[in-house]
Amino acid sequence: MRPINCIIKEVLSEAPLIRTYRLDRDLNPSPGQYLMLWIRGVDEIPMSFSGPDTITVQSVGTATQALFKLGAGSEVGIRGPLGNGFTMIGKKILLIGGGVGTAPLVFLAEAAKKAGIGITSLLGFRSRDDMIFQDRFEGLGDTIITTDDGSCGIKGRASAGLRELNLYDYDQIYLCGPELMMSDIISRTMEHATKTQACINRYFKCADGICGSCCLDPDGLRVCVEGPVIMADRLKGSEFGRYKRGPSGSKGACQG
Amino acid sequence: MPSLSIHAGGLDLKNPVLLAAGILGTTGASLRRASLAGAGGVVTKSVGSVPREGHPGPAIVHVKCGLLNAMGLPNPSYRDFQSEIETARSAGVPVIASIFGSSAAEFAQIARVLKADAFELNLSCPHAEKYGSELGRYPDLVESVTGAVKAAADVPVWVKLTPNTADILELGLAAQRGGADAVVAINTLKAMAIDIETGYPILGNRYGGLSGQAIKPVAVRCVYELYGRLEIPVIGVGGISCWEDAVEMIMAGALAVQVGTALQSGYGIFEEITNGILRYLERKSMTLEDLCGLAWRRP
Repeated sequence: MRPINCIIKEVLSEAPLIRTYRLDRDLNPSPGQYLMLWIRGVDEIPMSFSGPDTITVQSVGTATQALFKLGAGSEVGIRGPLGNGFTMIGKKILLIGGGVGTAPLVFLAEAAKKAGIGITSLLGFRSRDDMIFQDRFEGLGDTIITTDDGSCGIKGRASAGLRELNLYDYDQIYLCGPELMMSDIISRTMEHATKTQACINRYFKCADGICGSCCLDPDGLRVCVEGPVIMADRLKGSEFGRYKRGPSGSKGACQG
Repeated sequence: MPSLSIHAGGLDLKNPVLLAAGILGTTGASLRRASLAGAGGVVTKSVGSVPREGHPGPAIVHVKCGLLNAMGLPNPSYRDFQSEIETARSAGVPVIASIFGSSAAEFAQIARVLKADAFELNLSCPHAEKYGSELGRYPDLVESVTGAVKAAADVPVWVKLTPNTADILELGLAAQRGGADAVVAINTLKAMAIDIETGYPILGNRYGGLSGQAIKPVAVRCVYELYGRLEIPVIGVGGISCWEDAVEMIMAGALAVQVGTALQSGYGIFEEITNGILRYLERKSMTLEDLCGLAWRRP
């Protein structure tokens, strides 16, 4: 499949460094799936869907900075939807998100709501200024907010909100955020790992399951096609939360 | 039951179906997974002397007849790759390190330090400036690089040839003169694709290499030509996606084959191909030896 041409219909500012881009078509993705976004002349990068026709992007590097220069009416190339998204299971679910990692979860929450599923959300942000999707989550069910600096909700990391919840109440837990936040949550909720779906991130180059740049130690799981949503019990004992490979294949530290 | 084990290019292989370079070869774990899935040997992603991040994306484009890629030789450098090879080796299947450099000395330096069961010299990547086919299209450079690595390494040396030349036979003969233990044919064909909405070349590097279905007849022809003239074995690669393709490549003269693009369908491809070859040999009451180069023996 060659990249298809999409026109950016609308750009919404969510936070100082986070914007949502609405495309001119519904690509019929499942929550948790991603697309490869080609900013012509610059690069192609993976991006999670935050809705059927939206992606939500944090400016972190050359490609995202180039995207931030594009406004409504600009064109981008799209490959996708790609990968395995979240599987909707049960009647009552808990979403745990951090930062821009809340993007696939808000999409999931809206789809779950339509399916009549009860939703509770635990969302962690650095500070009040970095918060995104608060209204969307709050309109869908009970929402607990944490901020690192205490400027909104509970002061601390997302894990600080866990004590407000009884995880046995939930049929399934959905997790997406910075890697160290996710691995912290997984290690604190080990007994729930078989019902926790984590949407994770690795360096994707081909997004087609053949180049091998996203493979996870020790089993060689190809995150771009076998993920990016992976059951937390499969992440136990893996490189996740310990190190990740960059564009050259060299191992480096996980972030955030 | 016929045997699939062979001795090819200085290596003992339990079967003749190997993982090609550049496919799922960045990590020891993914190489190991290919071995556990039934590959007779695995070739690593090409490693060079310094870390490279590769070309900007898009790095691949699907076209109707195959796949275009321009990864750009991303690798952590040979100094940071030994542990991946060791992990790959833990599956008990030969690990062939693909290496690249811009000179004979650079190739030799890597081969002196890196430990693997064999080396495959990437003299054929069609889309990286100063590397690959930029050296590999000149017979004298193929010979001198091969000779330098042979002198530096104490394991078999395979030379992967480029089809982007008027006469691949010249390149194969040069590798043989340099002392290669086998030639591997072919790497991708230099190619490009353009986005007709905007006129942009799709690959970040503009140019890339075509693999998959489209190049199989080219690969079969190259293997056939090389087998006809070379004393050393030919490893066939290019567009093999089923056992019938593998049998055809072996009949052209390949002693073993490599599978790359077809890994898109998953790791099960190794068993599919080896089982298919086995059933074929049984049905025909033939051995792999009977099959190899059969096309040359037909009047």
